Parts: sequence; structure tokens; C-alpha cells
Amino acid sequence: MTPMMGAAEVRAAVASRQLSAVEVCREALDRIAALDPGLNAFRTTTAERALARAAALDARDDLHALPLAGVPIAIKDNICTKGVETTAGSRILEGYRPPYDATVVARLEAAGAIVVGKTNCDEFAMGSSTENSAYGPTRHPRALDRTPGGSSGGSAAAVAAGMVPLALGSDTGGSIRQPAGFCGITGFKPTYGRVSRYGLLAFASSLDQIGPMARDVTDAALTFKVLAGHDPRDSTSIADRAPDAVRHAGLDGLKVGVPRHLLDGPGVESDVLAAFDVAVGAMQTAGATIVEIALPHASHGVPVYYILATAEASANLARYDGVRFGSRADDAGSLDEMYARTRGERFGPEVKRRIVLGTYVLSAGYYDAYYRKAQQVRTLLGRDYAHAFGQVDVITCPTSPTTAFPLGARTADPLQMYLSDVFTVGANLAGLPAVSVPCGVSSSQLPIGLQFIGPAMADTLVLDVAGAFERAAPWNGAA
Amino acid sequence: MPDSLPRAEVERVARLARLALTDDEANLFARQLADILGYVEQVQAIDTTGIAPTSHPHITGTVQRADVVEASLDRDTALASAPAADHAAGFFKVPRVLGS
Repeated sequence: MTPMMGAAEVRAAVASRQLSAVEVCREALDRIAALDPGLNAFRTTTAERALARAAALDARDDLHALPLAGVPIAIKDNICTKGVETTAGSRILEGYRPPYDATVVARLEAAGAIVVGKTNCDEFAMGSSTENSAYGPTRHPRALDRTPGGSSGGSAAAVAAGMVPLALGSDTGGSIRQPAGFCGITGFKPTYGRVSRYGLLAFASSLDQIGPMARDVTDAALTFKVLAGHDPRDSTSIADRAPDAVRHAGLDGLKVGVPRHLLDGPGVESDVLAAFDVAVGAMQTAGATIVEIALPHASHGVPVYYILATAEASANLARYDGVRFGSRADDAGSLDEMYARTRGERFGPEVKRRIVLGTYVLSAGYYDAYYRKAQQVRTLLGRDYAHAFGQVDVITCPTSPTTAFPLGARTADPLQMYLSDVFTVGANLAGLPAVSVPCGVSSSQLPIGLQFIGPAMADTLVLDVAGAFERAAPWNGAA
Repeated sequence: MPDSLPRAEVERVARLARLALTDDEANLFARQLADILGYVEQVQAIDTTGIAPTSHPHITGTVQRADVVEASLDRDTALASAPAADHAAGFFKVPRVLGS
């Protein structure tokens, strides 16, 4: 099967009526039916709802006004879709059909996108390999014995395999960018607050952000414009304002910061370092100035992240108590027993581990030493970035220290799994926009991702720079 | 940090989180949490004297809205997702709360 057309191409064909939205939708559903049994990227497909919406779209006469007219999209299973099962990869939500749509889903559909299904993910987005899903791991489209990354691994695999041109992911510590890098696609985490979290099943509320996963930067940027905007239903949503000024449409004259000191640590694969150096060379050739920068607290990003994210998760996941939604343990003799057994029996091991860790760091006697301390280091890390952006326009580094690892390689050692987030957690802790784009392949032909991180609200700049890099070094076609 | 947290410590925290753990899970978590805490403890060596904590990036104040009643989920819809409910009376149902 040839890969599906990109989102911008589909939209142009549908808007000009070279293709009908129904034809495009059927094609996506056929590809999912043919390819997904080997990959397990999808939890649910929504053929009936999708075809009905596509037919309604074809009957409209304003398709040119819709930026995503007829574009099939897959939605990560931790984002609410009205009447469509939404489990976040957890047994505790088996059978849960939300009574409302997330704001992002409503915005996508208003823009003409067609939701064709829900994608597999690590349970409540906690993981870096999609192996923590209660519904089985997703496989890497180019190497079936490897993980596509995570937690948005289903979305990444669905786009990389050409089943859909677009997918939504969520990114708390790298969960959009890392699987995008592993799978050779583009994944964008916007500035914290630019995209509404209403209807996103909360993991760590001060870090979570929804964003697009796409075949190229053009499609990711097109989707971001649809997703972004103020939402009164999310109190952390940033008020709308004029689009950010673009200081550089390209690489020529751009100042690019490289935190070289972060790359020297152990665990960064030589193929990743080599591809990164080639990428930086390509930026220089295209006229960028490379500036070595220091982010003195960035090496503490992973510990700060795992204290704060688990603390927030332990509070957020208190709502899964077997009372208002989801499923419940049978035959409990008391309310307390029902709570404890429902949660004990229906959360998976990683979620339980994080709830225990998060409860521990928040509990009396440990709060100041762990939680408050981590919040203070978070402030210092934010200052490091602010200082760096006084010197440079964007920062670049690899997305992950390794390429896609084999299924099962890290499941026995949670700490080892956490360390795969070393280059991605900083943007979440500081609330910055960051994108992963392909920058080559390893000696075993596995994709390598490159990250661009920008100042807060410079989402457009980050996407423009990533687009210029993609044009200067078009590895995207390596598939 | 020792190789393992005391089992009682894991059980205490799990009780706070209303989380029933099996023996195997409690033993495994005691070891793994000691590992993870041993790693994250590095933050304690950083000088943070006088540094304000960050709870959210870019948040400058509490958002308020006008105190106006708006449409929300009706009762039947809210009860429809519950594992057990008395739809006629309009209640979520739970096991007994008092006594045994």
C-alpha cells in the first residue's frame, strides 16, 4: 500500500472536489483495516460516525473555508470523544463513553477534519513505549519487534504507517515528540496553554499539552492553527492575541543554541550524535549561526519531572474511584474496600507505581524535600531557558538519546525507561513550544528525531524553523 | 537511600492513595521506589535559597468568570456512565459506608 496523501494535499483535493470526503474517509478506513492488525495502533475505529460526517461535508458548499476539509484524523485515546469509547489505555475506563467532546475534537470537526478512530497509548499517558497500555503494545511500523515510542505511540504509528495523514497526541514529558522521532514523523508540543486541555484526561496538569502529529511540518502547522485558541473551559488557557511575530522565516541569519554539555552524558547513541552533528552542519550551511549555550539545571530535568508529574498524577487519578464512570470491583463489602480494590485491580503496574511515588513525595515529612524542592528547581530551569533565549532564537538538540528500542527491553526497569525523556522534559517544565522533525536514520535504518525548542508563545517561529530545516535537509522522504 | 523502602512505608502510602496492592506488588514497588527516589534525590543538593516554587508555567493569577448559570450535563447523562446508579431517584450507588 502506498502511503496516504498528506493533510494539506487531501484538503486541497477535497475542497476542489477532485476527491470526495467520503472517498478519502473510506480509503483511510481500508488502510486501517489492512494494516492495523499487525501494529495495534488503534483502540477503536469510528467508521459509521466518520462516513456520516464525511457525507455531510460533501453536501456543503463552503469547503474552501474549512482548513482541514475531509482530512481523516486519529485521536489519542486519552482525549474525550462524545459517545465513542475513551479508555486512555486503562482497564479502569473500559467501556467509558464520554458525554462530551474535548475542545480540540470540536475544533477539528468544525474545521472539516473527520475523526476515524482512537489510538492506543500508555495507560493515562504514563510511559515512553506504549507498552503500558492495558490493551497490548503498539508495534513500530518499520520494525515490528520494536516500540514506536510513547506515550502517543498509537498516533505516531498510525501516521508513520500511512493509515491517516494526521493524529493528535498529548505531551507531558515528551509523549508527542519522542514517538514522532522514533517513527520518523513530525510531532509538535505547543506552548503550555495555547491549546485547550478541556476533555484531555489529566495526567499532570501543569505539564500536559495536546498537539499534532503529522507527516511533515506544513501539516503540523496547519493543524496547530486549528487547535490553538483561548477556551474558557480550561483555566490555564492563554488569552488570544495577535499571532506571534516571525523574526525568521528560515535558517539564514537565525541564531541556534546547542546545549552541548547535555550530549556528553552516557546513554546517547553514537548514531544519534552523528545525525545531530550533520543536522547542525546543514543549519550552518543554510546560514544559521550556531551558539553553544548552557542550561545548567537541564540535567536535573528528569528527576524534577518525575517528582512533579507523579505528584500531580496521584491527585488527578483520585477521580477514578469506581463511582461516577468506568468500571468497579465486584462484591466489595464497604465503600473504602470498593475504592481500594477498584483502583488496585484496574490500574496497571506503572500507574500504580506512579500513584505511590506521587503520594509519597506529597506526604507529610517528604513534601519539602521532594515536591517543593522540585518546584524550586523548576523555577531555576525556566530561568536557564530564559537566559538562553536572550542569546539565541531557538535551541536544538536530539529528541531522544536513542532510536526505537526493542519491545520488552526496558519494562523491567522503570528508571531506565524514564531516562529516555532526558531531552524532552525541559520544554514541559518550562512550558515552551518544541517540535521533533526527522533528521536521518541509524545504521539499522531506524529514524532519528531532531528537536527545536523556542521561547514561550513562539510556536510559529519554532514551526517555521522546523519547516526550513525540513526543506534544507529533506530526510522526511526516507520512508 | 537503601536498596528497598520498608514494606510498611509502601503500604502506608498505598492506603493514603486508596490503592489495594498485592504482596508481590508491594515488594516490587518497595525496591523500585528506592531506586527511583535514590535517583531523584539529586535535586536536594541544589541550592534553592530564596527561589520561589513554580506550580504552573505562564500563570499569573486566578482566572475568574461571571457568576452566571450555564447549561451543564443533565442528571441522566451524568448517571449514564456510572457503574451503579438509581436513575429514578437520581443517585450514584455505592457499597455501604457505615458499619459492616
